[in-house]
Amino acid sequence: MLELKEEHLQVREMARKFADEVVAPRAAEIDEREEFPADVVRRMAELGFLGLPFPEKYGGAGLDTLAYIIAVEEISRVCASTGITLAAHVSLGCGPVSAFGTEEQKMKFLMPMAKGEALGAFGLTESGAGSDAGGTQTRAEKVEGGWRVNGSKIYITNGSVAKYVTFTARTTPGMGAKGISAFILDTATPGFRVGKRERKMGHRGSDTVELVFEDCFVPKDNLIGDPSTGFKAFLRTLAGGRISIGAMALGIARGAYEHSLQFAKQRVQFGQPIAKFQAIRFMLAEMAMRIEASRLLVYQAAVLKDAGQEYVKEASMAKLFASETSNWVTDKAIQIHGGIGYMRDLPIERMHRDAKLMEIGEGTSEIQRLVIAREILRDD
Amino acid sequence: MLQVVCIKQVAGSETRVKVAGDGKHLDTAGVTWILNPYDEFALEEALRIREKMGEGEVVAVSIGDAGVPTTLRNALAMGADRAIHLKSDVPSPDPLAVARALAAEIGPLAPRIVWFGRQSIDDDQAQVGPMTAELLGLPGASMIATLEIDGDRAVVEREIEGGREVMEMQLPAAFSADKGLNEPRYPSLKGIMAAKKKPIEEKPAQLGEPNLEVLSLELPPTRSAGRIVGEGKQAVAELVRLLREEAKVI
Repeated sequence: MLELKEEHLQVREMARKFADEVVAPRAAEIDEREEFPADVVRRMAELGFLGLPFPEKYGGAGLDTLAYIIAVEEISRVCASTGITLAAHVSLGCGPVSAFGTEEQKMKFLMPMAKGEALGAFGLTESGAGSDAGGTQTRAEKVEGGWRVNGSKIYITNGSVAKYVTFTARTTPGMGAKGISAFILDTATPGFRVGKRERKMGHRGSDTVELVFEDCFVPKDNLIGDPSTGFKAFLRTLAGGRISIGAMALGIARGAYEHSLQFAKQRVQFGQPIAKFQAIRFMLAEMAMRIEASRLLVYQAAVLKDAGQEYVKEASMAKLFASETSNWVTDKAIQIHGGIGYMRDLPIERMHRDAKLMEIGEGTSEIQRLVIAREILRDD
Repeated sequence: MLQVVCIKQVAGSETRVKVAGDGKHLDTAGVTWILNPYDEFALEEALRIREKMGEGEVVAVSIGDAGVPTTLRNALAMGADRAIHLKSDVPSPDPLAVARALAAEIGPLAPRIVWFGRQSIDDDQAQVGPMTAELLGLPGASMIATLEIDGDRAVVEREIEGGREVMEMQLPAAFSADKGLNEPRYPSLKGIMAAKKKPIEEKPAQLGEPNLEVLSLELPPTRSAGRIVGEGKQAVAELVRLLREEAKVI
């Protein structure tokens, strides 16, 4: 097992305690009511979760990707809705400004987000642009002093609670992915509004909405990154977000596994705990093994990113393996629990609903396989 | 104002405890170590006093082996300014020896308040705090539920059997904290980073020869399975009889 540093162990201990004491008690309720956990997010902001991996000079805690990944894992272990809120804010809301922003943009946008004074979101997906981001229809036309944006984005996590939204728009028509640039916007800007609020299968406590741009003016200083280096490079570096999905999936799987382990030891049938039956033991053994393998992949991707090495392939592997693990583990967790596992009195069925998104968001499992294949074949 | 908080690293309550082969020590393999929960109340109160006064220093002190700095680092992450690790490879079974080692270190620092948790959750002796206070010649109160400081005066409340006791004393003094004195904070993520840069001073612990010896350590007998006496109202009388005559708990 990879050796964790003292600060990583401390982050784990603190995040686990916080998750058990503050996050977990709200998990069932926010799922049931489809309620955004503003109270929990405020506590996370106070403790520095929202700026965890960013330098202190931008208001962050100055820790690294691995520490952030561990925090996302621990929080998702008890509540995936809270986990995705944190991950979307850090990886997608703050991530692009941190990776591509100018010094001025970092001071203006990253600082308040890392301090936890403002939430961030990221808008890429459109009705016609899912796996194929090149299909982006949102237009940004050059006007005096900036850009005029028209179009809409869908399924945007934190979309209605964010102060800053980074989004992609087509600046040059007919150029495929090359004609697309990224911008950051204050959501108080006229011409921007929140559209449809989604009703989801899982992650029901997280905020998922449509973003609408109607002749929305974006100042020229809000363009993120150099358009000439291309949109593809931009997406490539966003692979960082995939590690956090891997961490969420790992957390969900662990939560379901821990409940199953405890249940199997206590539930008595045919005169003995069901954990004594080989059918159950094999399921628990398989769960533990897949979780351990997921953890190694997820942590490895984080360590590579922290070391400044290539991690695109590893991030996709981690995301893919951990997300499929979370679906397998939560499915078997319901099986071990039997009837009660199907009931909403226990968190197991919620974990199963939450796990499904892991195979879809930030690149479907199919896209991850394409990325991995492209990385190992190098034939594109 | 300087406050010293004496903390102890203990096995987490989720750890499944095993007795070592010699029958006198705990097997420490696989143990998850934590900051003694009662000491967290003491540390939290010290931090609050420092914050309220807007000045002062909080020093965490612990005795133990090479694993102790991890726990001291947690105290620093919560907000202690610096730490002192009094090194001792073998845990002393003698509270008086521990109190002497602490007093030898704390005395020259001349703190206004010396803090302890009411007891450690492993040995449960609750002796080190009062003994150290005595050796330092300080007035002390153990298991305090509230504390008010006004200049050189301290007023504490203690939960006692059937009521509350209020005591007043002069500072400097020593206190041991009870659960409920406050709600300890989580170390913030910035605190965890800051703790990496705070100093932990290492010194040998002057424990001397222990005056007592642990002869044997045994786990409690495994709990036998429960029994269902019956169902409904008619079972109550039988249950009460068994609780009284067999279990002898009522």
